[in-house]
Amino acid sequence: MPVVKSLEDLRRLKQEALEKRQARTTTGRVQVTVAMGTCGIAAGARETMKAILEYIESNQISGVVVTQTGCIGKCDYEPIVEVVIASGEKTSYGKINPDRARRIMKDHVGDGKPITEWLLPA
Amino acid sequence: MNELALHLLDIAENSVAAHARTVQLSVVEDTRADRLKLSVADDGKGMTAEKVAHLADPFVTSRTTRKVGLGIPLLKAAAEACHGYLTVDSIPGRGTTLEAEFQRSHIDRMPLGDVAGTVLTLVVGWPEVHWIFRYRVDDQEFLFDDQPIKEELGDMPLCEPEILAFLRQSLAEGVASLHTNPDSMSLELSF
Repeated sequence: MPVVKSLEDLRRLKQEALEKRQARTTTGRVQVTVAMGTCGIAAGARETMKAILEYIESNQISGVVVTQTGCIGKCDYEPIVEVVIASGEKTSYGKINPDRARRIMKDHVGDGKPITEWLLPA
Repeated sequence: MNELALHLLDIAENSVAAHARTVQLSVVEDTRADRLKLSVADDGKGMTAEKVAHLADPFVTSRTTRKVGLGIPLLKAAAEACHGYLTVDSIPGRGTTLEAEFQRSHIDRMPLGDVAGTVLTLVVGWPEVHWIFRYRVDDQEFLFDDQPIKEELGDMPLCEPEILAFLRQSLAEGVASLHTNPDSMSLELSF
Protein backbone atom coordinates (compact mmCIF):
# COMPACT_ATOMS: atom_id res chain seq x y z
CA MET A 1 0.00 0.00 0.00
CA PRO A 2 1.33 3.43 -0.84
CA VAL A 3 2.45 5.60 2.01
CA VAL A 4 0.25 8.64 2.05
CA LYS A 5 0.65 11.78 4.05
CA SER A 6 -0.97 11.24 7.40
CA LEU A 7 -3.52 13.14 9.40
CA GLU A 8 -0.71 13.91 11.83
CA ASP A 9 1.05 15.83 9.08
CA LEU A 10 -2.20 17.65 8.51
CA ARG A 11 -2.58 18.48 12.21
CA ARG A 12 0.92 19.99 12.23
CA LEU A 13 0.26 21.95 9.04
CA LYS A 14 -3.00 23.27 10.43
CA GLN A 15 -1.13 24.52 13.50
CA GLU A 16 1.48 26.17 11.28
CA ALA A 17 -1.25 27.79 9.24
CA LEU A 18 -2.95 29.11 12.37
CA GLU A 19 0.30 30.61 13.66
CA LYS A 20 1.34 32.11 10.35
CA ARG A 21 -2.08 33.60 9.78
CA GLN A 22 -1.39 36.08 12.57
CA ALA A 23 1.90 37.24 11.08
CA ARG A 24 0.94 37.04 7.43
CA THR A 25 -0.67 39.89 5.60
CA THR A 26 -4.07 38.53 4.79
CA THR A 27 -5.89 39.86 1.79
CA GLY A 28 -9.21 40.02 3.59
CA ARG A 29 -12.11 37.95 2.38
CA VAL A 30 -11.61 37.19 -1.29
CA GLN A 31 -13.73 34.82 -3.32
CA VAL A 32 -12.32 33.51 -6.60
CA THR A 33 -14.62 31.34 -8.71
CA VAL A 34 -13.66 29.27 -11.74
CA ALA A 35 -16.41 28.15 -14.16
CA MET A 36 -16.06 24.40 -14.67
CA GLY A 37 -18.78 23.37 -17.11
CA THR A 38 -17.92 21.10 -20.05
CA CYS A 39 -17.11 24.23 -22.06
CA GLY A 40 -14.80 25.58 -19.35
CA ILE A 41 -13.01 22.25 -18.90
CA ALA A 42 -12.51 21.87 -22.65
CA ALA A 43 -11.05 25.38 -22.76
CA GLY A 44 -8.55 24.64 -19.98
CA ALA A 45 -10.34 25.72 -16.78
CA ARG A 46 -8.70 22.99 -14.69
CA GLU A 47 -5.23 24.34 -15.54
CA THR A 48 -6.46 27.85 -14.73
CA MET A 49 -7.72 26.72 -11.33
CA LYS A 50 -4.50 24.79 -10.64
CA ALA A 51 -2.49 27.94 -11.45
CA ILE A 52 -4.57 29.93 -8.93
CA LEU A 53 -4.10 27.29 -6.22
CA GLU A 54 -0.37 27.09 -6.95
CA TYR A 55 -0.11 30.87 -6.72
CA ILE A 56 -1.76 30.81 -3.29
CA GLU A 57 0.53 28.02 -2.17
CA SER A 58 3.80 29.46 -3.45
CA ASN A 59 3.07 33.03 -2.35
CA GLN A 60 1.63 31.92 1.02
CA ILE A 61 -1.57 33.90 0.66
CA SER A 62 -4.19 33.55 3.33
CA GLY A 63 -7.89 34.37 3.20
CA VAL A 64 -8.66 33.60 -0.47
CA VAL A 65 -11.41 31.06 -1.08
CA VAL A 66 -11.31 29.42 -4.50
CA THR A 67 -14.43 27.58 -5.59
CA GLN A 68 -16.07 26.39 -8.77
CA THR A 69 -19.30 27.04 -10.56
CA GLY A 70 -20.94 25.45 -13.60
CA CYS A 71 -21.32 26.92 -17.07
CA ILE A 72 -22.55 30.50 -16.90
CA GLY A 73 -23.62 30.66 -20.55
CA LYS A 74 -20.72 32.57 -22.07
CA CYS A 75 -18.93 29.53 -23.40
CA ASP A 76 -17.00 31.54 -26.03
CA TYR A 77 -15.14 33.30 -23.24
CA GLU A 78 -14.08 30.25 -21.23
CA PRO A 79 -12.12 29.80 -19.07
CA ILE A 80 -14.03 32.33 -16.97
CA VAL A 81 -12.84 33.52 -13.56
CA GLU A 82 -14.82 35.71 -11.16
CA VAL A 83 -13.32 37.73 -8.33
CA VAL A 84 -15.21 39.23 -5.39
CA ILE A 85 -13.27 41.19 -2.78
CA ALA A 86 -14.91 41.62 0.63
CA SER A 87 -18.56 42.38 -0.07
CA GLY A 88 -17.77 44.31 -3.24
CA GLU A 89 -19.06 43.76 -6.74
CA LYS A 90 -18.26 40.68 -8.78
CA THR A 91 -15.62 41.13 -11.50
CA SER A 92 -15.82 38.56 -14.33
CA TYR A 93 -12.85 37.81 -16.55
CA GLY A 94 -12.87 35.85 -19.82
CA LYS A 95 -10.30 33.69 -21.62
CA ILE A 96 -8.18 33.27 -18.51
CA ASN A 97 -5.27 30.92 -19.09
CA PRO A 98 -2.81 30.07 -16.28
CA ASP A 99 -0.59 33.11 -17.05
CA ARG A 100 -3.53 35.49 -16.92
CA ALA A 101 -4.81 33.80 -13.76
CA ARG A 102 -1.48 34.51 -12.03
CA ARG A 103 -1.67 38.15 -13.15
CA ILE A 104 -5.21 38.43 -11.73
CA MET A 105 -4.01 36.96 -8.44
CA LYS A 106 -1.13 39.44 -8.28
CA ASP A 107 -2.75 42.64 -9.58
CA HIS A 108 -6.40 42.29 -8.62
CA VAL A 109 -6.44 40.02 -5.57
CA GLY A 110 -3.06 41.18 -4.26
CA ASP A 111 -2.98 44.89 -5.17
CA GLY A 112 -6.68 45.59 -5.66
CA LYS A 113 -6.24 46.65 -9.30
CA PRO A 114 -8.66 44.94 -11.69
CA ILE A 115 -7.32 44.21 -15.19
CA THR A 116 -9.80 45.95 -17.45
CA GLU A 117 -8.73 44.49 -20.79
CA TRP A 118 -9.73 40.95 -19.78
CA LEU A 119 -13.17 41.79 -18.44
CA LEU A 120 -16.09 39.82 -19.82
CA PRO A 121 -18.23 41.98 -22.09
CA ALA A 122 -21.47 42.84 -20.30
CA MET B 1 -10.73 16.96 -24.10
CA ASN B 2 -7.60 14.89 -24.47
CA GLU B 3 -7.24 13.38 -20.99
CA LEU B 4 -9.44 10.84 -19.24
CA ALA B 5 -8.91 12.92 -16.11
CA LEU B 6 -10.68 15.86 -17.79
CA HIS B 7 -13.66 13.63 -18.60
CA LEU B 8 -13.67 12.46 -15.00
CA LEU B 9 -13.83 16.11 -13.92
CA ASP B 10 -16.64 16.81 -16.38
CA ILE B 11 -18.74 13.84 -15.21
CA ALA B 12 -18.12 14.77 -11.56
CA GLU B 13 -19.41 18.28 -12.30
CA ASN B 14 -22.67 16.66 -13.43
CA SER B 15 -22.92 14.98 -10.02
CA VAL B 16 -22.47 18.33 -8.29
CA ALA B 17 -25.14 19.86 -10.55
CA ALA B 18 -27.43 16.97 -9.49
CA HIS B 19 -26.99 18.11 -5.85
CA ALA B 20 -24.92 15.11 -4.79
CA ARG B 21 -23.64 15.19 -1.21
CA THR B 22 -21.18 12.33 -1.68
CA VAL B 23 -19.38 11.56 -4.92
CA GLN B 24 -17.16 8.51 -5.39
CA LEU B 25 -14.66 8.70 -8.22
CA SER B 26 -12.68 5.70 -9.29
CA VAL B 27 -10.08 4.78 -11.83
CA VAL B 28 -9.26 1.07 -12.09
CA GLU B 29 -6.51 -0.25 -14.32
CA ASP B 30 -6.33 -3.98 -14.83
CA THR B 31 -3.15 -4.64 -16.75
CA ARG B 32 -3.77 -8.41 -16.98
CA ALA B 33 -7.21 -8.06 -18.52
CA ASP B 34 -6.00 -4.94 -20.39
CA ARG B 35 -8.92 -2.81 -19.24
CA LEU B 36 -9.18 0.68 -17.80
CA LYS B 37 -12.40 1.77 -16.12
CA LEU B 38 -13.53 5.17 -14.89
CA SER B 39 -16.55 5.48 -12.67
CA VAL B 40 -18.42 8.23 -10.91
CA ALA B 41 -21.12 7.30 -8.40
CA ASP B 42 -23.22 9.94 -6.69
CA ASP B 43 -26.20 10.28 -4.38
CA GLY B 44 -27.68 13.17 -6.34
CA LYS B 45 -31.20 13.58 -7.63
CA GLY B 46 -30.92 10.85 -10.26
CA MET B 47 -32.72 10.55 -13.58
CA THR B 48 -35.67 8.69 -15.03
CA ALA B 49 -35.05 5.73 -17.35
CA GLU B 50 -36.26 7.84 -20.25
CA LYS B 51 -33.70 10.52 -19.55
CA VAL B 52 -30.91 7.96 -19.17
CA ALA B 53 -31.87 6.47 -22.55
CA HIS B 54 -31.29 9.82 -24.21
CA LEU B 55 -28.07 10.74 -22.45
CA ALA B 56 -25.83 9.96 -25.39
CA ASP B 57 -27.82 12.33 -27.55
CA PRO B 58 -26.03 15.69 -27.57
CA PHE B 59 -29.32 17.48 -28.08
CA VAL B 60 -30.67 16.26 -24.76
CA THR B 61 -29.22 18.19 -21.86
CA SER B 62 -30.34 19.43 -18.48
CA ARG B 63 -28.39 22.61 -18.91
CA THR B 64 -30.42 25.74 -19.32
CA THR B 65 -27.66 27.92 -20.70
CA ARG B 66 -27.36 26.13 -24.05
CA LYS B 67 -29.31 23.46 -25.89
CA VAL B 68 -26.42 21.05 -26.53
CA GLY B 69 -24.74 18.80 -23.95
CA LEU B 70 -21.51 17.22 -25.10
CA GLY B 71 -19.83 15.75 -22.04
CA ILE B 72 -21.33 12.25 -22.00
CA PRO B 73 -21.60 11.77 -25.80
CA LEU B 74 -17.89 12.59 -26.16
CA LEU B 75 -16.83 10.13 -23.47
CA LYS B 76 -19.13 7.41 -24.83
CA ALA B 77 -17.68 7.81 -28.32
CA ALA B 78 -14.14 7.71 -26.91
CA ALA B 79 -14.84 4.48 -24.96
CA GLU B 80 -16.55 2.77 -27.88
CA ALA B 81 -13.64 3.66 -30.16
CA CYS B 82 -11.40 1.66 -27.78
CA HIS B 83 -13.36 -1.61 -27.54
CA GLY B 84 -15.13 -0.22 -24.52
CA TYR B 85 -18.50 1.06 -23.43
CA LEU B 86 -20.24 3.65 -21.30
CA THR B 87 -23.14 2.81 -19.01
CA VAL B 88 -25.31 4.95 -16.79
CA ASP B 89 -27.47 3.57 -13.97
CA SER B 90 -29.74 5.99 -12.25
CA ILE B 91 -32.61 5.96 -9.79
CA PRO B 92 -34.60 9.15 -9.36
CA GLY B 93 -34.09 10.49 -5.85
CA ARG B 94 -31.25 8.05 -5.13
CA GLY B 95 -28.37 8.86 -7.42
CA THR B 96 -26.46 8.02 -10.56
CA THR B 97 -23.52 5.79 -11.40
CA LEU B 98 -21.63 6.25 -14.65
CA GLU B 99 -18.99 3.81 -15.86
CA ALA B 100 -16.76 4.11 -18.89
CA GLU B 101 -14.45 1.27 -19.81
CA PHE B 102 -11.63 1.16 -22.34
CA GLN B 103 -9.19 -1.37 -23.71
CA ARG B 104 -6.18 -0.09 -21.78
CA SER B 105 -3.59 -0.66 -24.49
CA HIS B 106 -5.76 0.59 -27.35
CA ILE B 107 -3.82 2.97 -29.56
CA ASP B 108 -6.65 5.50 -29.47
CA ARG B 109 -7.12 5.35 -25.72
CA MET B 110 -6.64 8.81 -24.29
CA PRO B 111 -3.94 9.13 -21.63
CA LEU B 112 -5.19 9.20 -18.08
CA GLY B 113 -3.65 12.64 -17.63
CA ASP B 114 -3.55 14.66 -14.45
CA VAL B 115 -6.01 12.77 -12.30
CA ALA B 116 -4.48 14.21 -9.10
CA GLY B 117 -5.14 17.72 -10.46
CA THR B 118 -8.73 16.79 -11.26
CA VAL B 119 -9.38 15.53 -7.74
CA LEU B 120 -7.62 18.53 -6.15
CA THR B 121 -9.76 21.04 -8.04
CA LEU B 122 -12.95 19.16 -7.12
CA VAL B 123 -12.10 18.82 -3.42
CA VAL B 124 -11.15 22.49 -3.10
CA GLY B 125 -13.74 23.84 -5.53
CA TRP B 126 -16.78 22.11 -4.03
CA PRO B 127 -15.95 21.95 -0.32
CA GLU B 128 -19.51 21.10 0.72
CA VAL B 129 -19.38 17.82 -1.24
CA HIS B 130 -17.84 14.72 0.33
CA TRP B 131 -15.31 13.38 -2.20
CA ILE B 132 -13.95 9.86 -2.26
CA PHE B 133 -11.33 8.96 -4.85
CA ARG B 134 -10.06 5.46 -5.45
CA TYR B 135 -7.25 4.66 -7.85
CA ARG B 136 -6.41 1.05 -8.42
CA VAL B 137 -3.74 -0.57 -10.56
CA ASP B 138 -4.03 -4.36 -10.37
CA ASP B 139 -3.63 -5.27 -6.69
CA GLN B 140 -2.50 -1.88 -5.47
CA GLU B 141 -4.87 0.83 -4.40
CA PHE B 142 -4.71 4.47 -3.39
CA LEU B 143 -7.75 5.73 -1.52
CA PHE B 144 -8.35 9.40 -0.81
CA ASP B 145 -11.33 10.38 1.32
CA ASP B 146 -11.66 14.07 2.17
CA GLN B 147 -13.96 13.54 5.16
CA PRO B 148 -11.27 12.89 7.83
CA ILE B 149 -9.29 15.84 6.46
CA LYS B 150 -12.24 18.21 6.75
CA GLU B 151 -13.03 16.93 10.25
CA GLU B 152 -9.43 17.58 11.30
CA LEU B 153 -9.47 21.07 9.80
CA GLY B 154 -12.71 22.17 11.43
CA ASP B 155 -13.42 25.70 10.25
CA MET B 156 -10.07 26.23 8.57
CA PRO B 157 -10.64 26.62 4.82
CA LEU B 158 -9.04 24.19 2.36
CA CYS B 159 -7.51 27.13 0.48
CA GLU B 160 -4.95 28.03 3.15
CA PRO B 161 -1.50 27.56 1.55
CA GLU B 162 -0.32 24.86 3.99
CA ILE B 163 -3.51 22.87 3.49
CA LEU B 164 -3.35 23.22 -0.30
CA ALA B 165 0.21 21.90 -0.18
CA PHE B 166 -0.94 18.94 1.90
CA LEU B 167 -3.80 18.09 -0.46
CA ARG B 168 -1.75 18.55 -3.61
CA GLN B 169 1.14 16.44 -2.34
CA SER B 170 -1.08 13.70 -0.89
CA LEU B 171 -2.88 13.27 -4.19
CA ALA B 172 0.21 13.52 -6.39
CA GLU B 173 2.20 11.06 -4.26
CA GLY B 174 -0.72 8.64 -3.95
CA VAL B 175 -1.32 8.53 -7.69
CA ALA B 176 2.39 8.39 -8.54
CA SER B 177 3.00 5.56 -6.05
CA LEU B 178 0.99 3.14 -8.17
CA HIS B 179 3.13 3.80 -11.21
CA THR B 180 6.50 2.88 -9.81
CA ASN B 181 5.57 -0.69 -10.65
CA PRO B 182 7.53 -1.50 -13.82
CA ASP B 183 4.87 -4.01 -14.89
CA SER B 184 2.27 -1.31 -15.27
CA MET B 185 3.67 0.11 -18.44
CA SER B 186 2.29 3.61 -18.59
CA LEU B 187 3.83 6.05 -20.96
CA GLU B 188 1.14 8.59 -20.25
CA LEU B 189 2.18 9.10 -16.67
CA SER B 190 4.99 11.53 -17.14
CA PHE B 191 3.02 14.43 -15.69
